[in-house]
Amino acid sequence: MSAHDLAGPAMRIDRLPRRRAVNRLMELIAWLAALIAIAILGFVVYSVARRGWSELNLNLITKPPIPFSFTNAPQGLSNAFAGTLVIVGIATLMALPVGILVAIYLNEFAPASIRNAVGIALDVLAGVPAIVIGIFVYGLLVVGGGGQSGIKGAFALACLMLPFVARTTIEVLALVPNSLREASLGLGIPQWRTTLSIVLPRAIGGILTGTVLAVARVAGETAPLLFTSSLVGPQTSWNPTHALQTVPLAIFELSESPDPKDHARAWAAAFVLLVFILVASLTARWLAMRNARKIAGR
Amino acid sequence: MASVDVTQPARRPFSGRRVHLGDVLLQGVAGLAAAGASALVLLIAWKVVDGARPSISKYGISFVWHVVWNPVVGREAYGAGSFLFGTVITSFFALLLATPLAIGIALFLSELAPNWIKAPVTALVEMLAAVPSVVIGLWGILVLGPALRSHIETWLHSGLGWIPLFGAPSAAGASLFTAIVVLAIMILPIVSSISRELFLGVPHELKEGALALGTTRWEMVRGVVFPYARGGIAAALILGLGRAMGEAIAVTQVIGGGVFIHWSLFSQGDTLASKIAAEYQGATSNLDIASLIYLGVILLALSLLANLTAQWIVRSVARQHGVTRGGHA
Repeated sequence: MSAHDLAGPAMRIDRLPRRRAVNRLMELIAWLAALIAIAILGFVVYSVARRGWSELNLNLITKPPIPFSFTNAPQGLSNAFAGTLVIVGIATLMALPVGILVAIYLNEFAPASIRNAVGIALDVLAGVPAIVIGIFVYGLLVVGGGGQSGIKGAFALACLMLPFVARTTIEVLALVPNSLREASLGLGIPQWRTTLSIVLPRAIGGILTGTVLAVARVAGETAPLLFTSSLVGPQTSWNPTHALQTVPLAIFELSESPDPKDHARAWAAAFVLLVFILVASLTARWLAMRNARKIAGR
Repeated sequence: MASVDVTQPARRPFSGRRVHLGDVLLQGVAGLAAAGASALVLLIAWKVVDGARPSISKYGISFVWHVVWNPVVGREAYGAGSFLFGTVITSFFALLLATPLAIGIALFLSELAPNWIKAPVTALVEMLAAVPSVVIGLWGILVLGPALRSHIETWLHSGLGWIPLFGAPSAAGASLFTAIVVLAIMILPIVSSISRELFLGVPHELKEGALALGTTRWEMVRGVVFPYARGGIAAALILGLGRAMGEAIAVTQVIGGGVFIHWSLFSQGDTLASKIAAEYQGATSNLDIASLIYLGVILLALSLLANLTAQWIVRSVARQHGVTRGGHA
């Protein structure tokens, strides 16, 4: 049996030029695919930056919007920026401790079967569409409980953050070397102290970067807030027991407006949001790379 | 029997270990959090079905395929048919558009790219995933939609107009096609980053073995990398599909709205998610709201199906390859 029979007709030496050409073509296509993805990102960022930059001024974050304004009086979206700060802040306070506890349980205590089952539940939760989370919170808290509020919107965002925070924390905890846990337990330190004062401090950097990523993700979420914190007036409010305007929702509403002046403010707000999110996720990614090395003790 | 007597005293200090209150507390609280997170999934399903109950009991299962949406009081009639159609069409074509690109990017990043280019390109592709959907939607309606309409749509219509898919472009630039392109952009980074991880997970000895047999790089990819990662790619595509089906905001901004089933990608439409998002302030009666939530029930069922299928594939592939690792969602 010759080598030709083994390799089949596709690998015949006499077809080498053709095979090389196909290989070249496929490599070219892969390069092009990567270029297209970067071009799309560049195009989106450029479009937002070009249109948003010229509208960018302090009024955007200090002045409230003026509904049905046909004059050129300066207006902004101060209500939206205040609302986003409040709602995302509360959502983080809700999701962070629970997410960390879930991760601690799964990584430090749970037997493999429970770890698997809860892992499936977390992945399913991460796959629930954001708009369905909105409907859920609407049915759970808004319908029977006195209408919309910033806290209810924050709860909806927390549902989106939870699986994300839990997953990243599990990954970080898994990086902490077992020798540390064994050394601590071997000294007679109980498991809860080991977890809280040896394992967790070692992982805290990674948990923080995961949190920053989660915040960057939900700060741009609109769908969960449609039914939970959307019926708002133009006044700036910091009170989370009332419905609060948010930046993504303001962009959504302004983008559907027929008035070009509204579009201009939408671009400016989109620019601020985009810069915040891109800078936050880049920083988090950079920190994560540094941290992964440090946690593992390398 | 005798051996037991001998070993038992030596074990005593361990078996009589003190139970720490802190251990019980931390394990209890953390276990409660884990149980709560799992229960949240069930609570979501129950609450959403519960909210749709008036509509479910009135229209039953035939709601799913009825093509009608009339909230006028006295003549109300609701059905999800056209929205389901819109969801299936947009997410299917978005996947069709995104898949070759995503696999190309993943191959580039795992096999081809020189080292210095890998990290920045990976970061850029993942940044595409970080762009909020409302910003993509704003760009979609004001920049992409008009551009697609005046270039690609008119061009395809005049050249290939005899195919029902390429009908006359709508006036505003809002169309199923714009939604498809927007969705493709949004699922591109997800599918490509999962595929990249899969390709990187292919054992080196298999790749090197193929190359040593004299295959070209592409033949090695086709003969070794693709077959090895096949299951995982299927899971990645299903996850992308689920993501495309569930996207509400960006689609609402670019798709235009409407209740009809047609084959032209260039006219307006609606998906399950975009219909819910578009009506958030316009719902009038209880039945109207319940019917919107019924759309959410269908959407939830579809995304659960996609998600669980993808997880099942990932887990069985992991077993097959003899590695144990978590899901990718």
